[in-house]
Amino acid sequence: MSAGTSAISERKQAVRQQHGRWLTALLLAPSVIWFFVLLILPLIVVVVYSVGVRAPAGGYQAAFTFDNYLNLPARWAAFRNTLTLAPLGTLICLLAGYPLAYFLAVKASAKWRVLLLILVIVPFWTSFLIRTYAWIFILGGRGIPALLDSIGIEGVRLINTPFSVMCGIVYAYLPLMVFPIYVSLEKLDKRLLEASEDLGAGPWATFRQITLPLSAPGMITGCMLVFILLMGEYLIPQMLGGGKVFFIGNALVDLFLQSLNWPYGSACAMALVLIMLITVTLYLRATSATGGRRDASLI
Amino acid sequence: MDRKDFIKQLRRYQKGSISRRHFLGVTGLGTATAVLAGSMPHLLTSRRAYAQDLGDQVNLTTWPDYHEVKNFEKFTAETGVKINVTVFGSNEEMFAKLKAGGTGWDVLVPTNYTIETYVGEDMFEELDAALLPNYAPASYTDPRFTEAGNVGGKTYAVHKDWGTTGYVINSSKVTENPTSWKEFWDLTNGAHAGRTMVHDYQLTTIGNALKYFGYSFNSNDEKELAEAEKLLIDSKPNLFAINSDYKPSLLNGDAYMSVCWTGDAKQLKKTDPAFDYVLGKEGGEIWADFYAVPKGAPHRAAAYALINFLLEPHVNADEVLFHGYPVADKRVIDLLPPEIVNDPIMYPAAELLAPLEFGAAATLTNPARAEIMARFKSA
Repeated sequence: MSAGTSAISERKQAVRQQHGRWLTALLLAPSVIWFFVLLILPLIVVVVYSVGVRAPAGGYQAAFTFDNYLNLPARWAAFRNTLTLAPLGTLICLLAGYPLAYFLAVKASAKWRVLLLILVIVPFWTSFLIRTYAWIFILGGRGIPALLDSIGIEGVRLINTPFSVMCGIVYAYLPLMVFPIYVSLEKLDKRLLEASEDLGAGPWATFRQITLPLSAPGMITGCMLVFILLMGEYLIPQMLGGGKVFFIGNALVDLFLQSLNWPYGSACAMALVLIMLITVTLYLRATSATGGRRDASLI
Repeated sequence: MDRKDFIKQLRRYQKGSISRRHFLGVTGLGTATAVLAGSMPHLLTSRRAYAQDLGDQVNLTTWPDYHEVKNFEKFTAETGVKINVTVFGSNEEMFAKLKAGGTGWDVLVPTNYTIETYVGEDMFEELDAALLPNYAPASYTDPRFTEAGNVGGKTYAVHKDWGTTGYVINSSKVTENPTSWKEFWDLTNGAHAGRTMVHDYQLTTIGNALKYFGYSFNSNDEKELAEAEKLLIDSKPNLFAINSDYKPSLLNGDAYMSVCWTGDAKQLKKTDPAFDYVLGKEGGEIWADFYAVPKGAPHRAAAYALINFLLEPHVNADEVLFHGYPVADKRVIDLLPPEIVNDPIMYPAAELLAPLEFGAAATLTNPARAEIMARFKSA
């Protein structure tokens, strides 16, 4: 009798398990299809194109050659610009974003915090293009340079320089850095700070030994977000750099739309993907070694 | 209803004892008229008649600031066809998008030197002249402005307007009165460093650097291109920007000089008379834009209707007054006010036009030029 019941319950369990599996598959299906159609398939197209050759009138012609990859050094300057300005931009975002996040999470009173957080988000309510145009006017001849001119500092040129591109980058990406850091600082147990003070540590030592390590996950996430997006940046150098600051994203646009060298453009795109994979892996290795293993899982 | 009865009803209607509706109803004239009108669309108002044939929209792919919006409104009012406009920054980009496919474009505005390539790639349809009654090949002043539309004796594109690529100076800042491309580059690297713009466009930027040395605008010679590249890279630190959208920076006072197309010079001059247009005496580019219909255009009938509408002389004259580019159609020129026809920017003197060159198809597809442009921009 008891053996019979257990057999039934086992069967029931098996059915339930199978149902569970179906349900899991059903729930996963949309994202699997999404990833396959919109990520894997296009990536395969890019890989296939990257070993082809440019058709005589431009575009893609089927072939199997690695010439496009061997020719990558021809865009070395664009890669170099991206690989210097993207980490630099990330670093400046971190240095500018951390104090702001700290202020919002620790110093600001609860009453003001929500309002201040909204103020950080407000710019996102307007098109990024329009905000970048605003920067063109701020940095252009009738903006800050005109102000400086009126107080006797003449001949300052800001627009269409690496500096103006950096301004645009920090402005655009700062919120992406601030929010992850804010979240990790907000969760910070204030009792740890009190304990540290009780044990005789000064404010600097407390910050360095308690606050900073505990906010590391937020910093790592923020840096990843900013860095990955910056590597593919196209619009800011185009608009605030006046076409003189050339990122790999700009090189790709030119290769696909101007010189119609799709295979070479695909090879450059693959190189960018590889460079990003390598840098991100190395970065995660380095940070998980120093900042604890669980940090990596946050991304 | 016999004849007598009909006359009786007509008298009653004339005397006012029955309404017009009743009269049309009992005699059957109302139905007859409706049937007749339905089978003869041009008897009805144009709006409903066209709507059945043309669909409700047409996709036009063109350049920025290139059409009088009032003309578009007029076309939509007459035909019920809404015009969706897409603008591009370069012919290369336009070609790339159409080649990639799935654009849904119906009317395209390609420049002379690209048409041969489009036709070679089987991307344009041969135009059906019967659908373009306003197209009159005999009325063009100079065959050079229309011949690029004919490939292998067939017409694939019809003339829209033409223009030149010179440079514009803000004469209140640039007082040297330059007249050549040599002076353009020398001033860029001298008195007005940091105030010059060149196009983000290989054809004109490399072409006008070649002109510094007196070479052909279309040169694909390795040695000559190398010299032009050196000039470009040496000048780069002294350029304000590499950007085909140069009007805002010129009006803003950031830039004093820029490589410039006819219509932009005309529009700048209208805003501020200090802007002068210079055609380098060594030569440079002369070009013509066309209307073409891509193969497989989803709204083909509307595409022809739109081109035909825009070629109508009065409509075209309004277009010219708006965009500031000259046309080669005599019927249109006759309608333009004398200050336009005698305008030195729009219709320059013959001796300035003589050394200008039309861009060549080989220039568009030359990979070496694309590499030079990439090295110049990333330097």
